[in-house]
Amino acid sequence: MKFYLKSTLMALGVAGAFMATTSFVAADADDHKLFIDDVEILTDIAAPEGSPLDHLYSGWRFRSPETQDLQTDDFGNPGFAAITLAEELWDTAEGAKGKSCASCHNDVDEGMKGVSAAYPKWSDKLGKPHTLVTRVNECRTDRMEAKAWKWEAPEMLAMTALVGLQSRGMPVAVKSDGPMKSWMEKGKDIYYARVGQLNMSCANCHEQNFGNMIRADHLSQGQINGFPVYRLKWGGLGSTHRRFKGCMKNIRAKAFGVGSDEFIALEAYVASRGNGLAVETPAVRN
Amino acid sequence: MDISKYVIACFIAGSVSVASAADVAPADVVFTDDTMVENSLTGAAGDAVRGREIFSNRKQGNCLACHVNEQIPELGFHGEVGPPIDGVADRYSVSEMRAILVDSKKALSEDTIMPGFYSLDLGIRVLKKFSGKTVLTASQVEDVLAYLTTLKE
Ligand code: HEC
Ligand code: HEC
Repeated sequence: MKFYLKSTLMALGVAGAFMATTSFVAADADDHKLFIDDVEILTDIAAPEGSPLDHLYSGWRFRSPETQDLQTDDFGNPGFAAITLAEELWDTAEGAKGKSCASCHNDVDEGMKGVSAAYPKWSDKLGKPHTLVTRVNECRTDRMEAKAWKWEAPEMLAMTALVGLQSRGMPVAVKSDGPMKSWMEKGKDIYYARVGQLNMSCANCHEQNFGNMIRADHLSQGQINGFPVYRLKWGGLGSTHRRFKGCMKNIRAKAFGVGSDEFIALEAYVASRGNGLAVETPAVRN
Repeated sequence: MDISKYVIACFIAGSVSVASAADVAPADVVFTDDTMVENSLTGAAGDAVRGREIFSNRKQGNCLACHVNEQIPELGFHGEVGPPIDGVADRYSVSEMRAILVDSKKALSEDTIMPGFYSLDLGIRVLKKFSGKTVLTASQVEDVLAYLTTLKE
């Protein structure tokens, strides 16, 4: 595909007006480096063994320089309003037991360090994988005797972003073996299934065509190491399931439900495709 | 098919095309060697001017999402998922281009990302409002085809 693009550009000689967009000629991940408050976060790594990809890239590498910039310091990152909210929630006692998150986990930066990098993660209690969302809700309902938060509630998005932030820079390390195996297989089936009237799979766009423009969008590998992400289009944080839903709708497919077993399996599988990439939560996207 | 519903759906999608009784049904399109569809799907020639519009319309062909087209410089953001469409009529015959449009999975390759535009070989879990429907109507395919035939270097 890149060959075609280059040959058109050469054939055109002086690029026409519509070629003037910078992202258009970038037929690949760019070579920018991500520093957040002067600490480097690696945005690409050689793919681990068994990966269908040669090299893994964070979605950050496919965004415009303007969007990339928003992620380079925590004051500029619009996702940090939610972090502030979650820091308050962390210390707020709620529910019949009169406990807060801090009652059991102490300071968030101690208690939650490295935690999110391993999610989704098998739960014997549930008999299925826990996502960070269901894990937070288990603490709320069982230990605090407080009400569960909805999947996309501002509090849930904020709390999962705050917990995710405590793993920032650490490699995603989701387990695929043992009881997770059948869930990974289910997620993989969904990833490669052709869906919708446009008859496409996740792999068509994110495995075969990352680096290519699809109209105005620069296709990434669809990695989830930055979730929940702050999306300018959403004007707020959103979960992986919301993103999956949007992609399915775009190809005119009936999406699975937010929080459904199908999306939990897909999340686990997609997370495992990014094993080794650094966590970037809360990342910023357009 | 409930024709009145279909007409309304087309209207909502901003399309002026209406399925006509003379159209060949998607399942009845005759392929030669899997690579050619020799007869017009409507029995008539398409309109290249309308075809150009359908080519870039996001709710219709949206071909520009994946194919660079030098002849449409007024619109930005041409996709690069597929090969540039420029000069396509020098590379393919009309029958071959019709086959690609009708069912790219058959005419090009089984695992191409390009949708079939007049095929009912759809993915699973099709949204209800699109289920049992082709992406383009027969006359829209003929319009796009008429437009593609003008693309010579
Ligand atoms: C028709 C093409 C297409 C298909 C098919 C598709 N996506 Fe996407 N997806 C996009 C585009 C365009 C974006 C926004 C740019 C980007 O990040 O790649 C996106 C973004 C994403 C993101 C956000 C990545 C980030 O770094 O923020 C995830 C995750 C994702 N897709 C997962 C999926 C999954 C899972 C499927 C299958 C259920 C899927 N996509 C199917 C086009 C597609
Ligand atoms: C989602 C992407 C996508 C869309 C939308 C799309 N195509 Fe394609 N098209 C491709 C790809 C990819 C190929 C090359 C075959 C392959 O490698 O799978 C292709 C090949 C072709 C070819 C053969 C070109 C050559 O030089 O070999 C023609 C003709 C064509 N497309 C026309 C169209 C038209 C007309 C439309 C809209 C009505 C359209 N395409 C929409 C992706 C797309």
